[in-house]
Amino acid sequence: MFAHRHLLGIEGLSQPDILSILDLAEDYVGLSRQRDKKRSVLKGLTQINMFFENSTRTQASFELAGKRLGADVMNMSVASSSVKKGETLIDTAVTLNAMHPDILVVRHQHSGAVALLAKKVNCSVINAGDGRHEHPTQALLDALTIRRHKGRLHRLTVAICGDINHSRVARSNIILLNRMENRVRVIAPPTLLPNGIGRMGVEVFDDMRKGLEGVDVVMMLRLQQERMQGAFVPSSREYFHRYGLDEEKLSHAKPDAIVMHPGPMNRGVEIDPNVADDPNRSVIQEQVEMGVAVRMAVLDLLARNIPGGPGGAS
Amino acid sequence: MSALVLRNARLIDPATGRDGPGALLIRDGLIEDVSHDPAPALPEGAALVDCGGLPLAPGIVDMRVFVGEPGERHKESYRSAGEAAAAGGVTTICVQPDTAPPVDDPAVLEFAMRRAEKASAVRVAPMAALTKGMKGREMAEYGFLLDAGALAFTDASHPVSDPTVFRNCLDYAHSLGALVVHHPQDPAMAAEGCVTESLFASMLGLPGVHPFAERIMLERDMALVEITGARYHADLVTTRGALDALRRAKDRGLDVSAAVSHHHFTLNEHDLADYPTFFKLDPPLREEEDRAAVAEAVADGLIDVICSSHRPQDEESKRQPFEVAAYGAVGLETLLPGALKLFHDGAMGLPALFERLSLAPARRLGLPGGRLAKGAPADLVLFDPGVPYVLDRFSLRSKSKNTPFDRRLMTGRAVRTWVAGREVFRRG
Repeated sequence: MFAHRHLLGIEGLSQPDILSILDLAEDYVGLSRQRDKKRSVLKGLTQINMFFENSTRTQASFELAGKRLGADVMNMSVASSSVKKGETLIDTAVTLNAMHPDILVVRHQHSGAVALLAKKVNCSVINAGDGRHEHPTQALLDALTIRRHKGRLHRLTVAICGDINHSRVARSNIILLNRMENRVRVIAPPTLLPNGIGRMGVEVFDDMRKGLEGVDVVMMLRLQQERMQGAFVPSSREYFHRYGLDEEKLSHAKPDAIVMHPGPMNRGVEIDPNVADDPNRSVIQEQVEMGVAVRMAVLDLLARNIPGGPGGAS
Repeated sequence: MSALVLRNARLIDPATGRDGPGALLIRDGLIEDVSHDPAPALPEGAALVDCGGLPLAPGIVDMRVFVGEPGERHKESYRSAGEAAAAGGVTTICVQPDTAPPVDDPAVLEFAMRRAEKASAVRVAPMAALTKGMKGREMAEYGFLLDAGALAFTDASHPVSDPTVFRNCLDYAHSLGALVVHHPQDPAMAAEGCVTESLFASMLGLPGVHPFAERIMLERDMALVEITGARYHADLVTTRGALDALRRAKDRGLDVSAAVSHHHFTLNEHDLADYPTFFKLDPPLREEEDRAAVAEAVADGLIDVICSSHRPQDEESKRQPFEVAAYGAVGLETLLPGALKLFHDGAMGLPALFERLSLAPARRLGLPGGRLAKGAPADLVLFDPGVPYVLDRFSLRSKSKNTPFDRRLMTGRAVRTWVAGREVFRRG
C-alpha cells in the first residue's frame, strides 16, 4: 500500500514504500522493452510538467512515462514564460490548478519551492528536483539500477563523489541508501561538502583513492561549469587530477564495482571518457532507461490514490 | 492637564531595581510623585486608575523598528505602527532610515517626523543613515541630521563593508558625540545565505551563512572602535562567536553596547522545518546553542538591549520560495510576551527585564525615559505577565501580519499603555 498523495522527497518514504516503487518499476522495465509499450492506467488523467529550470532529459523522461501510461501530458516551459514577467510561483500554481490537472511534475531552482506549490494545489505533485534539496526520482532510478546489478539494495558500500554541497541528487541518494541500510561514503574536497556532512550518516573522504577502497558502487556527480573556476576548486584540470574518475582510481574499488552518473556528464572533468563509456563498468545509459520505468511506477502509484481511482476515495 | 493617579500597582523600576506595591501621581505628562503606598491620598480633582495589583513599568523603548514611510506605506504607516506599538507596551519607537528614499538628508527626516507627529500614538525617535544612500561609500551629513532630530546613525540592514569608510564614519560621528549603530554581518560571507549554516540547513538544501560572518564583522568593528573611541551599538547580536568579541570589547572599556530581538532568543533554526517564510530573518534564526547563549547574555547583561526588530512585509513578498522571500518579522506586539519568556523561565526578574527593554535603550539614545522617578516622562505600561493566549496574526494592529508566532501559545501582554500621561491603549 503506497499511501502518499505527493512525492516531494525520499525523506517521507519508508523502506516498504521504496520497495513498492522499485518492484513496480521492474515490471515497467519489461513493458518498455516490448513493441507495444502502452498501458492505460492513467487514461483520462492530465499530467502537466512544469520546469522552472531547464532540463532536457528529466522532462523527456517524465513525458514519456506519462504517455506510456495513457495520460494526457502537457509541457510548460515556465523558465521562459510569465514567471519572468513577475508572476509569483503561487500565482502560477493557482492558475494551473484551475485547469484541473491530476498530476503536476515540478522542477524549481529553489529548495522547498515544490513543497510550497503542493500546498496550493488540489492535485498530486511530483518533485522533479528543487534547488539543492531533493531529487527523489533520480535516487529511485539509481536504486533500481544498483539492485539490478548487485542483486540487492542493502549492505552495499556506495561512494558518492563530487559536488555534494550543491547537489540534490546527493541528498536524495544519501537518504535513500541509508534508509535501505547501506554504507555510504562521500568523496569531495572540503569546499564542496555541506556543513554537518559528518552527521548525515556518511563517511567523509577527501582522498579519492582511499574513499573508493572496496566500494560496490561509484556514483559520480556533475561539477557545474561556474564552480570550476577558482571559487570552489582551483581549476577543472586540477579537479580532474584529484577527483576525476579514471581507470587508475577506479582500480581501488571492488573489481565488479559499477560506475554511475546522473548526467549530463563533463567528460574530462569529473569522469574519464574511457570509464564513462566502458560497457563493463559504466551503467550510465541504463540509468536513463531505469528513469522512465521508475517514473512510470511513481505516476501509477500516485494515480491510484487520486479520488475516483482504484485506490482513492470516491 | 489634571492629575492622574495610578494606584494599587506593582511598580517595576529598573533604575532602582525595585519591584513592589505602590502608586504613581502623573501631571503634565510627567511622573510627579512615586508612592510606595498602593493607595495614597488623592489630590483634588485627580482621575483615578486602579491597576488591580498588576505590574506597572516604564514603557518600552524599541531601538529597531521599520516603518514604511516614506515609500512603503502599504506595509506600515506611522498610524498603524503607533497603534501596534501602543498595544505592545512600546512607548518610543526608534525608526530605521532605510525607507524609500532613505533618511540620509535633513529634508527627508523632517518630512518623516511631520508624518510621525501627526499620526503616531507613541513617541518616535529617528535614526538617520550612516552613509549617503546607505551605499557605504560617503558619510551622511551628521551635523545637519542631528540638528533635525536624529538620535543615532545607521545603515540599518546594510553593513558598511569598507573599513576605511566605516572608520571615518566612526571618527566623524565621535566628534559630534553621536551614536553609530551597525549591523554586524559580513556582506561577502552573507551574500548567498538565507539561513544559518548547519546540518539542518544542509538537509533542507538551503544556502547558509556561517555564524562567524557576524563575529568577523563585530571583531572588525571592535578594532575600529578601539582606534576611534567612538560610541557604538551592534543592532543585533545572535551568535556565540560575536558574544565573545563583545565581551572582550566591554572588558577593555570600549563604549559599546548590543541588542538582540526577542525572535532570536525564543526561536531557533529548527522552526524552519517546512520552509516557513515568516521565520526568514536577517540575521537568520540560529542553532539552539546560539539561542541559549544569547538568552543567557541578555540575562547577565552582556547584551544590553532587547528590541523587536519590527520589519513589516506584505503577504506577496512572503508568499515565495524561502530563498527569494523577503526578510523580517513584525515584532512590536510580540516583543513583551517574547521578552517575558525570560522572566517565566526564571532567567531574570521584571526590573532587570525592563532594564533591557526600557532603561538601557533610553540611556543609550540619550532619552529621559525608562524609569519610575519624579520628573521622568509618564510613559508607562501596565501588563498582565501571566495571561495565556493563542496569538492570531490577523489580530495584530500592524498593517503587515508577518509574525512567526502565529497560532503559538503566548504568555503575558500589555493591558494599558500611557504616553506622556495620556492613555494610548487599553485592552478591551
